[in-house]
Amino acid sequence: MHIDKDLVAASATPLVLAILAEGESYGYAILKRVRALSGGELEWTDGMLYPLLHRLRRLGYVTTEWRAPPEGRRRKYYAITDEGRAALADQQQQWVAVTRALKDVWPGSGGVLAALGEA
Amino acid sequence: MESVEALIAEWRAYVAGARGVNGRDVDELEDHLRHQIAELNAAGLTDDEGFLIAVKRLGDVDGLSREFAREHSGRLWKQLLVSGDDEPARASSSWFEPLAFAVAAAVAIQVARLAAGFPDEEPTWLARNATLFVLPFLAAYFARQRQLDIRHWVLTAVPFGLAALVVNLYPWDADSATEALVIAHLPVVLWFAVAFPYMGGTIRSHERRMDFVRFTGEWFIYYVLIALGGGVLMGLTAAILEPAGIDVEQVAAWVLPSGAAGGVIVAAWLVESKQRVVENMAPVLTMLFTPLFAVMLACAVVVYAATGLGDAFDRELVSVFDALLVVVLALVLYGMSARDPSTSSPGWMDGIQLVAVVSALVLDLMVLGSMIARIGDLGFTPNRTAAVGLNLVLLVNLAGAAWLSARFLTRRSSLHRLERWQTSYLPVFALWAATVVVILPLLFGFT
Repeated sequence: MHIDKDLVAASATPLVLAILAEGESYGYAILKRVRALSGGELEWTDGMLYPLLHRLRRLGYVTTEWRAPPEGRRRKYYAITDEGRAALADQQQQWVAVTRALKDVWPGSGGVLAALGEA
Repeated sequence: MESVEALIAEWRAYVAGARGVNGRDVDELEDHLRHQIAELNAAGLTDDEGFLIAVKRLGDVDGLSREFAREHSGRLWKQLLVSGDDEPARASSSWFEPLAFAVAAAVAIQVARLAAGFPDEEPTWLARNATLFVLPFLAAYFARQRQLDIRHWVLTAVPFGLAALVVNLYPWDADSATEALVIAHLPVVLWFAVAFPYMGGTIRSHERRMDFVRFTGEWFIYYVLIALGGGVLMGLTAAILEPAGIDVEQVAAWVLPSGAAGGVIVAAWLVESKQRVVENMAPVLTMLFTPLFAVMLACAVVVYAATGLGDAFDRELVSVFDALLVVVLALVLYGMSARDPSTSSPGWMDGIQLVAVVSALVLDLMVLGSMIARIGDLGFTPNRTAAVGLNLVLLVNLAGAAWLSARFLTRRSSLHRLERWQTSYLPVFALWAATVVVILPLLFGFT
């Protein structure tokens, strides 16, 4: 299934915030998590994650830290802030409202969307 | 392993050259790339194959660079002006158009000068209208640069038309205080009117508003430099031609107004096209003067807190204080707009800015207290009303800025909040200046 690119873009922020709400992470790991969560159906251009993360930082939703493990390369870690959690909660409400509206108007497709609503 | 390292180095150099992407971003992207290659290796691909797929997945560099540039418009402005799909292309090499606008402004001011008989006579309508002979050309220049449509051209023209009506149709008393206030406030109103075409009509965009703040600061620096150069040129010309018996005064009366008018547009064009020059200089000047002003303000607070304001607080001192507060605000605003977006954690400059803002706030409170006492004794006059209004407008702004930068310094709020506060507040300045121009004369019967 091909997901429309506007929809991919719109879901990117809540998805990344939700992944960071599970615990701090870094770029590549976030992207792997997105692939795993969507079963590979959300197709991101990998690079686009980074401008998005920078935007979230500018908005104060995430904080960043460069860390160098004893062996290996420096890596930039992202952690969600309280403001980020608030924004995530807000986004969740919006998405629930959208899915509910779609579920009501699309008879018979309730199964998938109900699962979405419960998740 | 040799070859893939070479490939990565080459890719790195290429990405680092893209607009809006800086060294740290490339580090992050490289980390991503290496991860991806390692994973593809584990799945049985060779290094070269892994590299190709990983690069493909990262996306094309142009698109990536555009996304980074959109996010970091501040950084982008340092690297070069946008010419993406949704940005109007700016032909920085074309010098003919700005020159034409500059000449038009220079001619317009000459026509006005001749009509008024300046400098032998100085009718006040000339002073009232002076900026109306210059800034519409700047607005038109930006409207053309941004390729605005008809509707936006009309919207650009509206404030200038209204200002021209107000300034010329109100029945001004000769040498009245309200007229002097209009002469001082109209340039501010019209400058904000220039913001509309500058921002291409997107006045709600906070990023664009910040761009306009930055433009204002850089325009000011260019204009001062041009004025200095012009002054040297005029002085030398006078020294050379005077012995030959040429009346230099006469020449200066022609050259000076035209130079001052044309310089407005030339400075704006230079900011737009030679951004690299000023963007290296302006932040340095801000870095230099913000601490100095902070120290000066803090000293002033201590001195006045010790001696009390007393009767020393006459009208002149109030205008000096107001000028000082406006300069501090301008420094803080410009400092914020020119801030490198990649360092969003507080630094020592933010502490110094907070000192400057808090000192300015205290001074502003003192001035306000003293002025309200004066008004209590002597009643409202146009000057006092305008001064109290300006101080109140500044007070609210400074209080908000102090609160938010204190929270930012203690890491309880983001820089973004502080920027938003300032960009949201900009219309208040414009509205206040417009009130002084349009409403105050009516309230005080043009006295």
